[in-house]
Amino acid sequence: MAPKPTTSYRRFYDVNGWLFVSIALGLIGVFMAFPIVHSLWMSLHAGQGTVVEFVGVGNIVRLASDPVFLKALQNTCIFLVIQVPIMLLLALVMASCLNMPNLRFRGLLRTAVFLPCVTSLVAYSVVFKSMFSYDGLVNHALAWLGLIAEPIPWLNDPFWSKVVIIIAITWRWTGYNMIFYLAAMQNIDKSIYEAARIDGISAYRRFVSITIPNLKPVILFTTVTSTIGTLQLFDEPMNITTVGTVFSDNTLTLSMYIYNLSFKFVPNFGYAATVSYVIVLLVAALAAIQFYAARERN
Amino acid sequence: MTNWAEKFRMAGVYLFLGVMAFVSIFPFAWMVISSTNASVDVTKGKFTFGSAFLQNLEKLNKTFDVAQVFWNSGKIAIIGGFFTLVISSMAGYGFEVFSSKARERVYNGLLLTLMVPFAALMIPLFILMAKFDLLDTHLAVILPALASAYIIFYFRQSTKAFPPELREAARLDGLKEWQIFLFVYVPVMRSTYAAAFIIVFMAAWNNFLWPLIVLQSPELKTITLVLSSLGSAYFPDFGVIMLAAMLATLPTLVVFFAMQRQFVQGMLGSVK
Repeated sequence: MAPKPTTSYRRFYDVNGWLFVSIALGLIGVFMAFPIVHSLWMSLHAGQGTVVEFVGVGNIVRLASDPVFLKALQNTCIFLVIQVPIMLLLALVMASCLNMPNLRFRGLLRTAVFLPCVTSLVAYSVVFKSMFSYDGLVNHALAWLGLIAEPIPWLNDPFWSKVVIIIAITWRWTGYNMIFYLAAMQNIDKSIYEAARIDGISAYRRFVSITIPNLKPVILFTTVTSTIGTLQLFDEPMNITTVGTVFSDNTLTLSMYIYNLSFKFVPNFGYAATVSYVIVLLVAALAAIQFYAARERN
Repeated sequence: MTNWAEKFRMAGVYLFLGVMAFVSIFPFAWMVISSTNASVDVTKGKFTFGSAFLQNLEKLNKTFDVAQVFWNSGKIAIIGGFFTLVISSMAGYGFEVFSSKARERVYNGLLLTLMVPFAALMIPLFILMAKFDLLDTHLAVILPALASAYIIFYFRQSTKAFPPELREAARLDGLKEWQIFLFVYVPVMRSTYAAAFIIVFMAAWNNFLWPLIVLQSPELKTITLVLSSLGSAYFPDFGVIMLAAMLATLPTLVVFFAMQRQFVQGMLGSVK
């Protein structure tokens, strides 16, 4: 690039470099780096409101025997383990269908399946809440089709309420992930497919042996972002399965529990910070596993 | 492969995509239709347009000031979005054009913050806002979103496509670095800015948890907060809720259809 930098050139270069990034760094320092460190410090303290005392690992000990925390952790993990694979597989199949060269109405179909991504989480949540209410549209439709004799208590039942949340998140995010897959597929060289087709390799084998390996980085990206998203789940359970202001235990997530601990019950910021670090550690651990797995297979 | 087997397979593909498209669009249709029906009809599953639209609007306006709420959400999304673009694009430009070993390390640290979930930040941020005496202000909603590592990353990636010759020429013409940025870079990267603005605008417009924590006064509430409180009522009026949901979705839908290409381009900025 540039000729070997002289001292004055380097200084000019450096000053301008820092000037351009300084505002962003300042803001990230105040609103990101400092809070991360602060919450670590807080997690070593406990107490009500502003009266706090140092408890060391006391909060971590409390976690292990806190039934509400364990319930929230369990619910969050159920959502993660069931919803993310279903959604990513569906997105992958959708993308490969939309990527077929002789498909008609491609633009129309793509826009349709992508549309849910632009709605706010709260807006679609309240729409789903009405559709799945006890005397709502879904129960009416199922009864009309003769599939159920009794209405299903979608929003109150421990099992069905989780199903509704899973359906809702899948509806909202599948198209989002699909776009990443579709973009990556369009970057794969068409001649590889042509060669495989001429060799008489089946569509299924082409998908497994050509498409999937080429998409590995994107699959990793979507898995990590979906994992982070699901671990932070808040808006949907808060707005779909909550009646009045009482969060349902059936769909209580870690984020909702942190919210409760901080802003609903008598605030215990220290303990809430400890729960939030459980999410941080889960995100870090799962992301590390996913990166490691992706590298292993290479 | 025989011809009819191929046809059979395509039929399966159309069926699958058709069902998916239907499922994707259906809730929107249901929302629009229900906003014209009374609550009883909505729960009955009535799937035709009704005549209760104006009544619903009147009821909605009685519960909260529709224009005010729209103004609040719009103000936060547009002002916040504008400054996010200014700050993040400067940073993205700086990291790419003036790359050095030290800044490369800082940049990698910055990308690491993308992994930090908001749940881990919200309590210390809340305490910080209380210390700054900013609780229950729109500024408290806007500030934490201003420096977005994601948008900085997006701008850095896009800056790679900015021709260095343009910068060299401008420098030979005697322009200062900030002038090059403002008068050469910004106009050239217009479509990059447009794509980033859509992403930032939508994120701010749809944001829920953080405004829920910091905003208390009814006259400051955003559309998502109002929608949530309508939805969590013990005896929800579904017609009114659907109308409010539609109003909350409308701006993002309009932006999306007007700038579909930029929107997708913006989303993909992170994997290229």
